[in-house]
Amino acid sequence: MFAQIREITLMNLQNLSSRLGSSSVIVVGIGGVVAVLVGLLSMATGFSAALNSTGKADRALIMREGSTSEMNGAMSAGQRATIRAMEEVATASGETYVVAAIEKIGTDVPANVVVRGVEPPSFDIRPEVKIIEGRRFEPGRAEIIVGVKAASQFKGLGVGETLKVRDQSWQVVGHFVAGGSVTESEIWADLANVQSAFRRGGTSNTMRVQLVSPEAALKLNKRLREDPRFDLMVRTEREHYAEQSRDRATLINDFGVAVGIIMAIGAVFAALNTMYSAVSSRTVEIATLRALGFSSLPVVVSVMIEAMALALLGGLLGGGLVWLAFDGYTASTLNNASFSQVAFDFAVTGDLLQMGLTWALALGLIGGLFPALRAARLPITTALRGE
Amino acid sequence: MSLFSLMWANLFRKRTRTTLTLLSVMVAFLLFMLLQSIADAFAVGPQIAGNDRIVVGAKYSQIDNLPYSQKQQIMAVEGVEAITHTTWFGGMYQDGKSFFAQFPVMPLEYFEVYSELMLEPADALQRFARERGSAVIDIGLVDRFGWQVGDVVPLISQIYSKKEDGSRTFEFEIVGTYSDNGRSSSFPVMLFHYERFRESVAFGGDSVSQWTVRVSEPDRADEIAQEIDALFENSSDPTRTTTEDESNREFARQLGDMGFITTMIMSAVFFTIVLLTGNTMTQALRERIPELAVLKTLGFTDMTVSLLVLGEAVLLCLVGGAIGVGMAFLLGPGLSVSLEEVLGSFEIAPQAALTGVGLSLVIGLVIGALPAITAKRLAIVDALRRQ
Repeated sequence: MFAQIREITLMNLQNLSSRLGSSSVIVVGIGGVVAVLVGLLSMATGFSAALNSTGKADRALIMREGSTSEMNGAMSAGQRATIRAMEEVATASGETYVVAAIEKIGTDVPANVVVRGVEPPSFDIRPEVKIIEGRRFEPGRAEIIVGVKAASQFKGLGVGETLKVRDQSWQVVGHFVAGGSVTESEIWADLANVQSAFRRGGTSNTMRVQLVSPEAALKLNKRLREDPRFDLMVRTEREHYAEQSRDRATLINDFGVAVGIIMAIGAVFAALNTMYSAVSSRTVEIATLRALGFSSLPVVVSVMIEAMALALLGGLLGGGLVWLAFDGYTASTLNNASFSQVAFDFAVTGDLLQMGLTWALALGLIGGLFPALRAARLPITTALRGE
Repeated sequence: MSLFSLMWANLFRKRTRTTLTLLSVMVAFLLFMLLQSIADAFAVGPQIAGNDRIVVGAKYSQIDNLPYSQKQQIMAVEGVEAITHTTWFGGMYQDGKSFFAQFPVMPLEYFEVYSELMLEPADALQRFARERGSAVIDIGLVDRFGWQVGDVVPLISQIYSKKEDGSRTFEFEIVGTYSDNGRSSSFPVMLFHYERFRESVAFGGDSVSQWTVRVSEPDRADEIAQEIDALFENSSDPTRTTTEDESNREFARQLGDMGFITTMIMSAVFFTIVLLTGNTMTQALRERIPELAVLKTLGFTDMTVSLLVLGEAVLLCLVGGAIGVGMAFLLGPGLSVSLEEVLGSFEIAPQAALTGVGLSLVIGLVIGALPAITAKRLAIVDALRRQ
């Protein structure tokens, strides 16, 4: 039995070259499905990765109760000092989060960039922030540093250039990386400068906190929520960024799968078409084999193997193409929670490619099944006559 | 037998093949319609014919507020007919999972500037103008939350708190719904009374996020926009004024390049379709060469035979395309419910149908061209010999 399957399959695969045109329909059709699916999902994965890599479990944000965005809230210097002294807090830094309208490269219209006013401890809390060009800003001076993703997406943010925001002119003195996280889409400035440019007095929106341990988050949250002096809550960075990425990532993901399914339906029709014509062009051949004593199962299996081999080839091609073209491709979108642009890299991961290949094989299976059954059911005598 | 019925009969000589090809063409155009409609929803926003509105926002940052005192100055600019304003309230309903915006507005001013919006029931505008605790909602929100006139909706503002007790929960009684000729906006909002807002909030009661101005001559919109910006250029609240259409486009562009994504997907889909259908047509032609020779022998001219083959390809694509476009309109209403949360309003764009049908015609011509040329060049003697 297995010998028969092997014989027929080998024979089919060897004369594939004579059916190149119609076979390529399966390869391209399924390749297209896999390419689009993997491409769109890699966008969702990249977006989540940028936001999630920003979050650590033992770092937290103290923000206005019930708020989902760092833009809200007003904490006075006195409140900040009280929180700094709490036992769950290792290091804490007041931060103000505003957006500035800057023209995007390649367009002449402004888009929103985050400008984060920070105190010196912000750098200690986020050791991943590293200057790769220039230097840090000096507290009290009209200087800013710019994340590499912001610098590559927006005009006028090169080291040495000057950014005009309201009545202030800030000089860009450095570029920084932050482990690929969303922080790289931000501009950082001295808290006092942002407070005065955006007329915030001495208040900050939030505090960024290095906790003594991940468990301290709950305790600190309880303490702050029970304290009548505060209208505040604690969220770990991980919670905060995961929530921000969830909706958009789910949306892109669902969109990708929906488009993938519709395309897959089309590709199955194409595969069926190809395999039906492959079977019909070999009617005499198949009948001859059956007359020689080959049973129908090997015929079925061989047709399916052929379809799946072509589908797999398509999957590899589609997945590979997307990987070459889009892995690491930087795009940006609006982060709804902060009205600002987040840049992220498409991430064509092994998981995604594996999923793409699974889809390809499944489509090949469906596309091969019905033609294979037809081949097996061919009445030998009529088929031999070549009708 | 007319040429058309001959084409039709030829198409169905291999029923399975034609049906499968037709189905995959159909799926491709269904996908085209859906993607095109989504891209349209992103790219253009609500299309308003002869738009005579311009939008004044803060120059350096979208989250900045403008002072109420600018109103008189803008009104004094020549060519300004009417003015209204909105303020970002940042209210959350229940768990905040389904976000929508709310603006405090002056009722009569707002509906004078947005004169295309129709309120229901008949006394809605009167009540809205008179009752300070009232609100009117876009019909899109009725679909989403099932609210009715008379319902009281509590919202928690992320930004504003009440003067009397510091609470951030505000309640609004819905007194009416509005729509643009029965259509909801792509960005459905709740409008409530500005006086209520001004009286009840603890701070920021005179802040305005955006002025919307109706101008008497749309042709002079750019000029008036510059005049308004010049007024505040050197004040502490500089502005940036654009036409409403431009402002919508800028917002959509911030979300990301939907056009690019759509184009990428559709190129993959159409490439596959051309290959698949092209292959079908070549096969069909190859099988029929002797038949075509017979036609020529009977006195059909080269041109007619060539047209016959071309027509078949065009017919196949047109029929498949038309069914796909039709399917999109059938499926549209079901999809819009799930897409509305994301896109505001979604409907299959009628103008996309024209593009779709046009595109199917072009693809048909492309696919049919080669077989048609082959058919035209067929020499009767050679062709007849090929049995």
